[in-house]
Amino acid sequence: MKKALMVMMVLTLTVVLAACGQNNKNGNNASNGASNSPNNNSEISGSFLATGSSALQPLVDQVSKKFMDSNKKVSIQVQAGGSGTGLTQVSEGQSDIGNSDVFAEEKLDADKAAALVDHQVAVVGMAAVVNPKVTVDNLTKQQLVDIFTGKVTNWKDVGGNDQKIQIVNRPSSSGTRATFEKYALGQKSEDLQGSIQEDSSGTVKKLVGETPGAIGYLALSYLDDSVKTVKYEGVEANVDNVANGTYPVWAYEHMYTKGQPNEAVKAFLDYMLSDEVQNGDVVELGYIPANKMEVKRDVNGNITK
Amino acid sequence: MAQPLERQKAKPHIAEEWVGKIYTLLCIAFLITTIFSIVYFVASKGLSTFFINHVNVLDLLTGLKWAPEGEPPFFGALPFIFGSFSTSILAAVIAAPLGFCAAVFMVEIAPKFGRRYLQPVIELLAGIPSVVYGFVGLSVIVPFFRNVFPGQGIGIAAGALVLSIMILPTITTIATDALAALPKGLKEGSFALGATRWQTIYRIVLPTTMPALMTGIVLGIARAFGEALAVQMVIGNAPHIPRSLFESASTLTSAITLSMGNTAMGSVANNALWSLAMILMLMTFVFVFIVRWLEGRSKI
Repeated sequence: MKKALMVMMVLTLTVVLAACGQNNKNGNNASNGASNSPNNNSEISGSFLATGSSALQPLVDQVSKKFMDSNKKVSIQVQAGGSGTGLTQVSEGQSDIGNSDVFAEEKLDADKAAALVDHQVAVVGMAAVVNPKVTVDNLTKQQLVDIFTGKVTNWKDVGGNDQKIQIVNRPSSSGTRATFEKYALGQKSEDLQGSIQEDSSGTVKKLVGETPGAIGYLALSYLDDSVKTVKYEGVEANVDNVANGTYPVWAYEHMYTKGQPNEAVKAFLDYMLSDEVQNGDVVELGYIPANKMEVKRDVNGNITK
Repeated sequence: MAQPLERQKAKPHIAEEWVGKIYTLLCIAFLITTIFSIVYFVASKGLSTFFINHVNVLDLLTGLKWAPEGEPPFFGALPFIFGSFSTSILAAVIAAPLGFCAAVFMVEIAPKFGRRYLQPVIELLAGIPSVVYGFVGLSVIVPFFRNVFPGQGIGIAAGALVLSIMILPTITTIATDALAALPKGLKEGSFALGATRWQTIYRIVLPTTMPALMTGIVLGIARAFGEALAVQMVIGNAPHIPRSLFESASTLTSAITLSMGNTAMGSVANNALWSLAMILMLMTFVFVFIVRWLEGRSKI
């Protein structure tokens, strides 16, 4: 009986391992197929996987469907899972494209990040938002720092009514929060006692809109009348001000590949950066086209015209 | 002449026996492999926080500050452990009396109507997806608490209330089964001695079924302990021990779901989350052992 049990266990293990091996093989076949296919413009084939940032996922998803419609032999899978997951998977070769809200250098080790090639496909602007009943409509950088570090806890200290400030933040690992801290606050902030943290923009918007005295931050595409957008240093948060560089709180949406992409992936990324997509889907979904930016920014935050 | 005939008859039985044996064995082997792989995977990831990143175990279990990506990083998970225990135990405190009373009503007071109509309705609660609970909590319970109590409405109280509804079917179903399995003679004996219905329920039925009722509670707590999504939506997720029931707090599961996707595999922040997962897993084992122990004490 014991012997039979052992045999069964070994058999199961073999089946499981074999299944794993099979997967790898499939993955290899797919990428080989893509790179070995004859260089024929009308017939691009291959299948690849794009994982990562949930902020970028709607755009990639929509564009990939259009791309697959015009290239029948290409199959693209898009998965959300967070910037960290996307960067890890592309770096380890589990997916072909890693979508990220932040530069790879900010999440991965330097040598791993160096192996990745950055494709900046869009820009996302972010704005501080407050509950509609808050009377403040402009906040300086210093005032934001004071609020998010807990130095100021009442709206009357920044020119509003006598009301407690309720912070609605993102988790400390979030790409959105990293962007906001880096370009709006200029420093890291800690999770304060009593602050709320939510990962999804929808929940943040709902909580800021409903909670008296709440402040949070959202991507420009999420702004509507349920929350009040405040100016940053007197500059209004809108697409034009982001594009011409007067409004500093924005970030690139990255699509990373490991090394240079193969033919199918490259065709997809080229399509992503084409005028058709940039002026169509990108704008439609509330992102800012990468080619519209009059300023450029590198990983250290240095801005060039 | 008779022997070959007998053998022919016996053969299909033996074959059946073997097919059944092998098939069930295959299933159990698959289950065991899965369980051990998961335990191994979580433990290897969770322990690397201590062995590779050299975080002190005591710091993780008793530290009050959680900032794994800060400079310098802090790995205090006590606020999460506190949040997990307080929400799930509070949920059980709310749900247990409700579940007991519902079970008593369904079995002792209105057996026909209760088991036929009420039980399916209560079991329906178990089938509602947790995100729905979370959204209802965020849209109904949080604004209600915000208006009635001081604070922002989110927090342990809102989390516990949402969880208590989620674990109600577990507690009620197990309690109902236990009450129904009670031998008739016990109750009849009690009635024969002149006890009223309430005296019988209070003095005979509840004490005898207590271990089974406790099993229901522990399973409910275990479910509440592992629930992530619904709690995450209403608890606020600040990594601090709250000063009141209506202040933003955090649980082990909400901390994991909030940050797992945003951290890179193998980074210390990611490993620390796996350590939280390992704590969760160990707690689940503890709950399972408590349930086994309670079942062993069963008086029925």
